[in-house]
Amino acid sequence: MDSSSVFANIVRAPEDAILGVTVAYNKDSSPDKLNLGVGAYRTEEGKPLVLKVVRRAEQMLVNDNSRVKEYLPIVGLADFNKLSAKLIFGADSPAIQENRVTTVQCLSGTGSLRVGAEFLARHYHQLTIYIPNPTWGNHTKIFGLAGLSVKAFRYYDPATRGLDFQGLLEDLGAAPSGSIVLLHACAHNPTGVDPTIEQWEQIRQLMRSKGLLPFFDSAYQGFASGNLDADAGSVRMFVADGGECLAAQSYAKNMGLYGERVGALSIVCKTADVASRVESQLKLVIRPMYSNPPIHGASIVATILKDRDMYNEWTVELKAMAVRIISMRQQLFDSLSARGTPGDWSHIIKQIGMFTFTGLNTKQVAFMTKEYHIYMTSDGRISMAGLSSRTVPHLTEAIHAAVTRVD
Amino acid sequence: MWKCFSTRTSRCFSTSASNKALKWWDHVAPAPKDPITSVTEAFLADTSPTKINLGVGAYRDDEGKPVVLQCVKEAEAKIAGCDFLESVSSAVSSKLVEESVKLVYGKNSDIIKEGRFAGVQALSGTGACRLFAEFQRRFYPESQIYMTDPTWSNHHNIWRDALVPERTFHYYHPDSKGLDFSALLDDVKNAPDGSFFLLHPCAHNPTGVDPTEEQWREISYLFKVKNHFPFFDMAYQGFASGDLDRDARSIQIFVEDGNVIGCAQSFAKNMGLYGHRVGCLNVLCNDAKQAVAIKSQLQQIARAMYSSPPIHGILLVSGILSDPNMKALWVKEVKAMANRIQSLRTTLRKSLEQLSSPLNWEHITNQVGMFCFSGLTPEQVDLLLREFHIYMTLDGRMSMAGVTTGNVNYLANAIHEVTKFG
Repeated sequence: MDSSSVFANIVRAPEDAILGVTVAYNKDSSPDKLNLGVGAYRTEEGKPLVLKVVRRAEQMLVNDNSRVKEYLPIVGLADFNKLSAKLIFGADSPAIQENRVTTVQCLSGTGSLRVGAEFLARHYHQLTIYIPNPTWGNHTKIFGLAGLSVKAFRYYDPATRGLDFQGLLEDLGAAPSGSIVLLHACAHNPTGVDPTIEQWEQIRQLMRSKGLLPFFDSAYQGFASGNLDADAGSVRMFVADGGECLAAQSYAKNMGLYGERVGALSIVCKTADVASRVESQLKLVIRPMYSNPPIHGASIVATILKDRDMYNEWTVELKAMAVRIISMRQQLFDSLSARGTPGDWSHIIKQIGMFTFTGLNTKQVAFMTKEYHIYMTSDGRISMAGLSSRTVPHLTEAIHAAVTRVD
Repeated sequence: MWKCFSTRTSRCFSTSASNKALKWWDHVAPAPKDPITSVTEAFLADTSPTKINLGVGAYRDDEGKPVVLQCVKEAEAKIAGCDFLESVSSAVSSKLVEESVKLVYGKNSDIIKEGRFAGVQALSGTGACRLFAEFQRRFYPESQIYMTDPTWSNHHNIWRDALVPERTFHYYHPDSKGLDFSALLDDVKNAPDGSFFLLHPCAHNPTGVDPTEEQWREISYLFKVKNHFPFFDMAYQGFASGDLDRDARSIQIFVEDGNVIGCAQSFAKNMGLYGHRVGCLNVLCNDAKQAVAIKSQLQQIARAMYSSPPIHGILLVSGILSDPNMKALWVKEVKAMANRIQSLRTTLRKSLEQLSSPLNWEHITNQVGMFCFSGLTPEQVDLLLREFHIYMTLDGRMSMAGVTTGNVNYLANAIHEVTKFG
């Protein structure tokens, strides 16, 4: 071949920080290796889990000879959209009953966030989004590439390993009126630190008084407390005051549908007419991106959500996952206490959801990877879902060594 | 608990919130409907028993029903209840890309052996085109894209949203209803050296007009001289001639001439996997090392858009393509679909000629693939809809896949009715 590529000058892009952890883990040949990187649920045996109710739903779909593989509408599967809105906003939500909500099926949380951000970049008047510091690594890229300017507001307090509530109120209070604010609906990623109900109420009042537009990222509904309604409390609080908001939902974790890319973007509007116009504009964002969303995962979700028995079965399996994670938190905390590891480790049981922000620094993390073959993101975030009773002792040893030998 | 809050707070805040909110979205106009998907929407709403949908390019059997291919059913039974719901493992995604790229370059191609391509799975053809458009913009921010006149309507949207300006080049000749070859060559010659072009390697959408192999050679030669970058959107491989290898011939001619190319592939039509959004994007590179660099950039673009494509469709396609028996079955099924469309083209043309239509309908059988660019005017298209409940896009593009032995006479009569006075 004699012709040089027009892309010859392209350099290799840096690895995605989170997915890169799994890549490194896979390369490691140590029998003791432990992957606490990406937030994917694992059983006590360290295996990925396909929910029983999901298998049932999938079998039903396969056995149904009348099913075809035609294109979904641009906005996705209608049943799925309605059921998703009910799931996050509550079946009795006035916003739904008044037809003020437009819901479009998207590719999991990432896709929902991107479509929402593109819509805002085109039609909203304040093109700045405030994101909590820290937040999921992909948020900045998603919003930036969609054309929004990204700023941070104080969120995590390393001293308490809890919420910097004063800082949060100050920063949001100083934000220009109308700015967009990204809120993690529950189980904040990466810190696991959530506002209390009272704090949420204060945040809501502040935001509404300044006309700040809430954009919820709900990736863990059901995983935080084990209860789907409780985990949607923050979102419902904002909707209940009659105001507007956006909400991105993901079924990756709570239905274990990671690879199927199932999610939804909802925009709660003031009136049904506005919601309808907004929906038509969302279609213009989606069509040139991928035309229409994938059918398989959404069909599984709709099958489960619309059948009362299957829905109940799902809540039971979901609660079991949440309970296992909560028990891992307790076990790790107890183990570190028993080991006498220096420091206050109570944040492990105070933080919520899949992740613990350990407070370990990058040097300590690198040490744990090198000496103990434990993989986590360099910010010290560990996925509790990757732990088991069997591996807690190994992690305890590693943390103990890191804290006592590395600063 | 939440209900208490709502009573208390909505009294306090609804006024100010509603005033601010009304201003926020007032200017959002209702968006224009998509010219293609809106046809299906209207068709679905129509209750007439004689309605025919010739809108979207989705295959139908002779009963007018959507088809799930036998090879797909077998593949699906195999993977039902599989453990693979995690995000796409690299083994599975590499398999899909490898097998897809074989369809483009030929299974024994050196390009594949030497790893001289950057390939990623994509959300069907649209997703593959969009990834490339974003990539093009990122690394050639001043570049434009040349598109055939006409082209698939969504192509304009894709490159526009990727912020790449477009230009058109001559392609379809409305008088001959064939290729405007000399004007095409002129446009290619006159474009600045090193321009990006979007080409349809086979079964051009919407016209069904493809260059001959000789014409492709001339175009390719000119591209090499001008150092243009050809990007192929291959959405209908197998539907033009019924033979998958033959339909990729144009791409191979360009590659043999030493052109460096990019290619979007879709499995929506030829595997009937429309709703699963399975496709592939590949960019030819100098060597395997550069391929790694380009692939990493493409993955980064995808990561901020949707992370990774849905695994179900990927498992189906890689399962079918990597099993020799299933692949052989697939090849047969593609040929059968192409044959059915070709035979209905012949029937439709004959019927119109038998009705003594004053117009020339040769283009129905000259054009290839799923579509016939009928030459009907928007007024005639509208009449067909209102009087006969026959649906197609306003440009007169008919999806021949929607024609059956059961409705072809009705269709011929209807077309004759609206065109018999010239």
